[in-house]
Amino acid sequence: MNTLVIAELAEGHVRKSTLSAVAFAKQVGAPFSILVVGAGAKAAAAELAGFGAQKVLVCEDAAVSQTLAERLAPTIAQVAKTGFDVIAVTASSFGKDLAPRVAAKLGAGYAPDVSAIKTDGGLTFKRPMYAGNAYGWCKVSTPTAVVSVRQSEFSAAEPSGGSSPVEAVAAAPADPAASRVEFVKLEAAKSERPDLGEARVVVSGGRALKEKFAEVLDPLAGLLGAAIGASRAACDAGYAPPELQVGQTGRVVAPQLYVAIGISGAIQHLAGMKGSKVIVAINKDPDAPIFQVADYGLVADLFTAVPELVSELKKGQ
Amino acid sequence: MRRVKILVPLKRVADPDNANKIKISPNKIDTAGLEFKPNPFDEYAVETALRLTENGTNTKQRLGEVVVVTFGPKETEPTLRAALATGADRAIRVDATDDQLDGDLVARALKAIVEKEKPDLVLLGKQEVEGDANQVGQLLAEYLGWPQATFAGSIKSEGDKALTVGREVDGGSMILKVTLPAVVTVDLRIVSPHAVSSMHKPDHTYQEGVRFAALMAIMAAKKKPLVEMKLAELASDTALKIQYVGFEPPPGRKAGVKVKTVAELVQKLRAEAKVIQ
Ligand SMILES: Cc1cc2nc3c(=O)[nH]c(=O)nc-3n(C[C@H](O)[C@H](O)[C@H](O)COP(=O)(O)OP(=O)(O)OC[C@H]3O[C@@H](n4cnc5c(N)ncnc54)[C@H](O)[C@@H]3O)c2cc1C
Ligand SMILES: Nc1ncnc2c1ncn2[C@@H]1O[C@H](COP(=O)(O)O)[C@@H](O)[C@H]1O
Repeated sequence: MNTLVIAELAEGHVRKSTLSAVAFAKQVGAPFSILVVGAGAKAAAAELAGFGAQKVLVCEDAAVSQTLAERLAPTIAQVAKTGFDVIAVTASSFGKDLAPRVAAKLGAGYAPDVSAIKTDGGLTFKRPMYAGNAYGWCKVSTPTAVVSVRQSEFSAAEPSGGSSPVEAVAAAPADPAASRVEFVKLEAAKSERPDLGEARVVVSGGRALKEKFAEVLDPLAGLLGAAIGASRAACDAGYAPPELQVGQTGRVVAPQLYVAIGISGAIQHLAGMKGSKVIVAINKDPDAPIFQVADYGLVADLFTAVPELVSELKKGQ
Repeated sequence: MRRVKILVPLKRVADPDNANKIKISPNKIDTAGLEFKPNPFDEYAVETALRLTENGTNTKQRLGEVVVVTFGPKETEPTLRAALATGADRAIRVDATDDQLDGDLVARALKAIVEKEKPDLVLLGKQEVEGDANQVGQLLAEYLGWPQATFAGSIKSEGDKALTVGREVDGGSMILKVTLPAVVTVDLRIVSPHAVSSMHKPDHTYQEGVRFAALMAIMAAKKKPLVEMKLAELASDTALKIQYVGFEPPPGRKAGVKVKTVAELVQKLRAEAKVIQ
């Protein structure tokens, strides 16, 4: 068996999410290689040489210069066919967009959002369903399996020393579909905060914060070195940008500490943060469902409790 | 002016707000007792299709055609009728039960429907909230050799040949321009009042969320065409690529303690949980 890990690039660097797919490959236990494809792949490849891969394969070519599934899938499929039977990518928005396209190209079965594996008796993949209210164990019946893996369940692989040889691979001929999609731009808010998927602490706000979302949460997040998250209601209302949404249909996080502020705790929200080590909830409604999963609950008005929390934390520093 | 034809695949799901009441045994997930609803994302896709084919001057006639399709047993027909009542023109039901399907087979069968119906656009939900797979749109796009714009939070039609789509991605919003025919999957924000702009602006502003059907329209929908197709007519190979071998509940999480003051909270986080300094 042979696993191929697809790296995710952002601004010429490997995104840390990639190391979750590497951790998955290590659990599979077979030899694995990492494919880095896209603009800046050559320079970024070195970042992945110390993780025990057989090879780090690199493709930097005009054909794959844009991060679009239509452009990347042909090359990934071409490399996959050179002897790989498990193709893994982290289930970020990049991975979820891309992996099914690769699977269809290979005629392979696709297991999305894998959260654990069993290796005895052939590979079996565990994946969440029904907003995390059930887990299914599934097998892929095609010779090649494509999987996307949950960053929250596979902690980033640690460097294991050594230096994998870096090898260039050619880009595959472009798909006709690629000429019918054009990347216009990425509108990203510049933020000094850690990425939601990687943060040790996440401070999340709900509908209750209204227009004061940033004003109330920024000082707390700053003090804790936290990423900021939000409920769907807060995103829908425009209090927070959509990319901050945590939940079944947003980002899935499992930090050491998750602080839910003015969030009721709908099942769709819980699906994205229930795996956190310690959960704190601040809500003025003592019966809010969020308290059923919180390790520490504070029934209080957030507009007084959060500033008080900030000054209490400052005291101890 | 050319009419745009939009195909919307939609699925019936067990009430997502009560997903914690499903019964899990090692070999099956039982949704008995739960109400059935259209998959929320698919309702959003229907609403998006209606906005994209809106007739600015005559709300009774669409500038284009919206065809809805589901893969499900006879009992799923009310879900199709509900979509017809909000404004879709025609419906197709492919007779199948969930255990005969996986996302890949749905995508391959949809390809056959697309080849017959020749829509300009296939609009799907980004995810069906029972399986939470998030795959059918992407698989279909590849099988068709069409471009895809997944997780759309906004869509603007550029004449009748292209769409500018704002995709909700981890880092922000990614703007793409796709030339039709294309596959687009929709995200939650697509049903906010200004998310969709079509060629013909209606003289009213859109509501937040999806439209409701008027009683008259519900009656009229009973007469709209709904045809049944067999899965085997659409896919020669009905073997599944994914097989579920077991199910289990998630690990439980117990409610902890309520603290009385902010000071107590901080003390506990430092001394007991040791998650802050
Ligand atoms: C298809 C679909 C997908 C979804 N996906 C997601 C998802 O991924 N993530 C997600 O979060 N949601 C998701 N939802 C929405 C989810 O069902 C809830 O509607 C949403 O999480 C509610 O957000 P909220 O808790 O901020 O708002 P509300 O439910 O309105 O809760 C606000 C809370 O704030 C408290 N409050 C009010 N004022 C104060 C105050 N001054 N001080 C302290 N507390 C106060 C209230 O007691 C209440 O508990 C999804 C829904 C659907 C249909
Ligand atoms: N059985 C089905 N019938 C019709 N459409 C479906 C079916 N299953 C999935 N879809 C469509 O595919 C989208 C993505 O589903 P999934 O990839 O299963 O999460 C859904 O939002 C629907 O638009």
